[in-house]
Amino acid sequence: MNYEPTSEMEAADMIRQAAGTGMPLAISGGGTRSGFGNRVRADRALSTRKLSGIVSYNPAEMTMSAKAGTPMAEIEAALAGNRQMLAFEPMDYRGVMGTSGEPTIGGVFAANVSGPRRITAGAARDHLLGIRFINGAGEAIKSGGRVMKNVTGLDLVKLLCGSHGTLGLLTEVTFKVLPLPPAAATIVAFGLDDAQAAAAMAHALAMPVEVSGAAHLTESVRYRFVGSSHPEGAATVLRLEGLPASVAVRAEKLKAAFAQVAPATVLDHEATEKLWRDIRDVKPYADGTQKPLWRVSVAPMAGHQLVAALRLQTGVDAFYDWQGGLVWLRMEADAEAEMLRRFIKGIGGGHATLVRASDAVRAVTPAFEPEPAPVAALSARLKEKFDPKGIFNPGKMG
Amino acid sequence: MPETIAFLEPKPSVLARRHQIVEDLTDILPPGCLISEKRGLVPFETDAFIAYRQVPLAVALPETTAQVAAVLKYCSRYGIPVVPRGAGTSLSGGAIPQSDAVVIGLSKMSGILDIDFANRTATVQAGVTNINISEAVSADGFFYAPDPSSQLACTIGGNIGMNSGGAHCLKYGVTTNNLLGVKMVLFDGTVIELGGKALDAPGYDLLGLVCGSEGQLGIVTEATVRLLAKPEGSRPVLFGFMSSEEAGACVAEVIGSGIIPVAIEFMDKPAIGICEAFAQAGYPMDVEALLIVEVEGSEAEMEAMLASIIEIARRHGVATIRESQSAAQAALIWKGRKSAFGATGRIADYICMDGTVPLSQLSHVLKKTAEIIDGYGLRVANVFHAGDGNMHPLILYNINDPEDAARAEAAGNDILKLCVDAGGCLTGEHGVGIEKRDLMLHQFTQVDLNQQMAARAAFDPQWIMNPSKVFPLEGRPAA
Repeated sequence: MNYEPTSEMEAADMIRQAAGTGMPLAISGGGTRSGFGNRVRADRALSTRKLSGIVSYNPAEMTMSAKAGTPMAEIEAALAGNRQMLAFEPMDYRGVMGTSGEPTIGGVFAANVSGPRRITAGAARDHLLGIRFINGAGEAIKSGGRVMKNVTGLDLVKLLCGSHGTLGLLTEVTFKVLPLPPAAATIVAFGLDDAQAAAAMAHALAMPVEVSGAAHLTESVRYRFVGSSHPEGAATVLRLEGLPASVAVRAEKLKAAFAQVAPATVLDHEATEKLWRDIRDVKPYADGTQKPLWRVSVAPMAGHQLVAALRLQTGVDAFYDWQGGLVWLRMEADAEAEMLRRFIKGIGGGHATLVRASDAVRAVTPAFEPEPAPVAALSARLKEKFDPKGIFNPGKMG
Repeated sequence: MPETIAFLEPKPSVLARRHQIVEDLTDILPPGCLISEKRGLVPFETDAFIAYRQVPLAVALPETTAQVAAVLKYCSRYGIPVVPRGAGTSLSGGAIPQSDAVVIGLSKMSGILDIDFANRTATVQAGVTNINISEAVSADGFFYAPDPSSQLACTIGGNIGMNSGGAHCLKYGVTTNNLLGVKMVLFDGTVIELGGKALDAPGYDLLGLVCGSEGQLGIVTEATVRLLAKPEGSRPVLFGFMSSEEAGACVAEVIGSGIIPVAIEFMDKPAIGICEAFAQAGYPMDVEALLIVEVEGSEAEMEAMLASIIEIARRHGVATIRESQSAAQAALIWKGRKSAFGATGRIADYICMDGTVPLSQLSHVLKKTAEIIDGYGLRVANVFHAGDGNMHPLILYNINDPEDAARAEAAGNDILKLCVDAGGCLTGEHGVGIEKRDLMLHQFTQVDLNQQMAARAAFDPQWIMNPSKVFPLEGRPAA
């Protein structure tokens, strides 16, 4: 039997009971990222699915509060109705993970899921203003609030965001929303190799044109994103958003800067929306396979060095978001965790997360980058302070 | 001097060993890095929350992370309280020492270690001033976004401690949104690194927890921050209104319309007078409330945004609109605003509140603030970040009159409670420090605070790091 509490109080009761008997719980929202992280060793599942609904939405204040199990579709529809959005562009993992169901807002924040606009707008954690959660003792805790600036007390909001349900059960989240840009365009430069693309993206982000997305779609994946009517080769894409007149002016500037190094074209608003949704959702690797898929986060200029080093050693397919700093890597055969993590250290650090792999591979591969001993010790002490009985998602993060 | 905010009782065991501690720290640190004479300690007795003072036991001014670690290792061994200090500009008393504490000042660690334009990061030592970072990268077209009013003096280490904001946070976020990594020393001298040049880090968001932890989780010695490309242009415009309500309603409609300026700053009549007298920025003197709205981007973009904003302002009965005509004039407009606290200090002593409220509550809170201040027979100047609801009422009083000081403190507490009751919080960017510590239970339950204190104890089980701050002295876990 699984738990599906319908109120915060009910959730707290269930957790208190579970803590009393030391019964581990697998915490989930809609379950669309259920294969993410290490295998959870739990007797029962607790889902926030029935803790659902928008609690308050004030478009003029640019904030929304919703219960953790509220489907993303419901949130996005409400926002679209007021021409607003979640600026951090959370990715939908269903494609790459081959899962079904409805992603929830609680799940998005529990996993700190952020998309292409991360480079300018910040991550999910930067937009989360307040939370309510149940700790491992079954106590309801509030942190943060509903205002844009708040430094009152320790920022447990950030700590819980991205903790994958291992520190507490989120029951309600309050977050910042932003106006939808009225216009958007994408400048596409063709035929750059990975290193040239990294340099070009760095150059674009140094220009005063407010690039809101910078990705490099390597030759092997580019046709999954942009059609064959365009020139050959890899596509380096830069997104501009804002007022129509301003986007037009900035697009000209950026295109002129690019035209010196590669043939370049401009995609309109509609094509831009589709392209960046596909980048966000890692469309080329939503391939129905179990091939190991890694999400690698490094310094922007280091991404292409990592991929070049890996290509000499193993079969790998990759493309880049976040100005080159977010690398989506699909291994053709082995996960190569040890090699990948060694190479990441060699290029100046960062981390790799195993997003997808066969059960056999996942069983022997730590999904998250192992932390240095003193940091791991701190994390363990924190876990103990929030979940003394170790009942929340045991094993998931470590 | 008011006595309402208590510090922890000094530990007799520490005070008794004072000479030994000074001797040991002298051995640990290089020559010239320890202050222990009374005359040398006095400058460290307070910060910008000048109503309270405590002379510390000693002040350590280490030059390296290893020295910070050595001092902390020593202090934790003997249970000696430690108070980290940047430039001492805290408005909430975050850097005020206590008589049994060793202050660890980061002022000697002020080097810029690495500037990486391609990755858009700067790595600096914690004692670098906020403005130094922007100045170091300005010629190459970059800047560091958070810009507290004290940015000429305040350090990045202090900014991280308090998660500092500034006028331009409306668009660019506060310190935590612009911080990529830190090197820090834990209570027992362990050195750890969190984050780096990548946009996110593995595991729990310890960096997010450390930022704004008011020196209670450890001492940050180095930071990697995000650099941004400077906008093509920026332009502040002054909007004068005949009432604060109109100005407040205008702010709410600008934000609600989907235009997000870089900054929307609010001043009421007393603040306008004080700032104009100091900066001669050309502020209109015949209005009740002033908004400084700054937009940035290309000429076309600024024109378009300003046209929309002006239209909204007209709907709210704007009395004066003044666009800056030159870079010099724009700088003057900002000089007036950013010197508001200093300029106020020339005419009276003041305490600066920092409550933040939902935008829809701005007018209500301003009105109630005026009533509270009248009730205590005091004066107030309001100057604040309206775009994000971060209020800064400056309560004017006479620090040498204990009754006046007590009234000011009581009025401040009432105003902060008002902010919380209006759906806001006690502090938007200055931190809890000692100033708001005893109000924490107005915003949080004891259970909420217990969880925060438990997280704190995961970093500092001995509670030696800045221990008199943030959490009410009652209700703490038994030592």
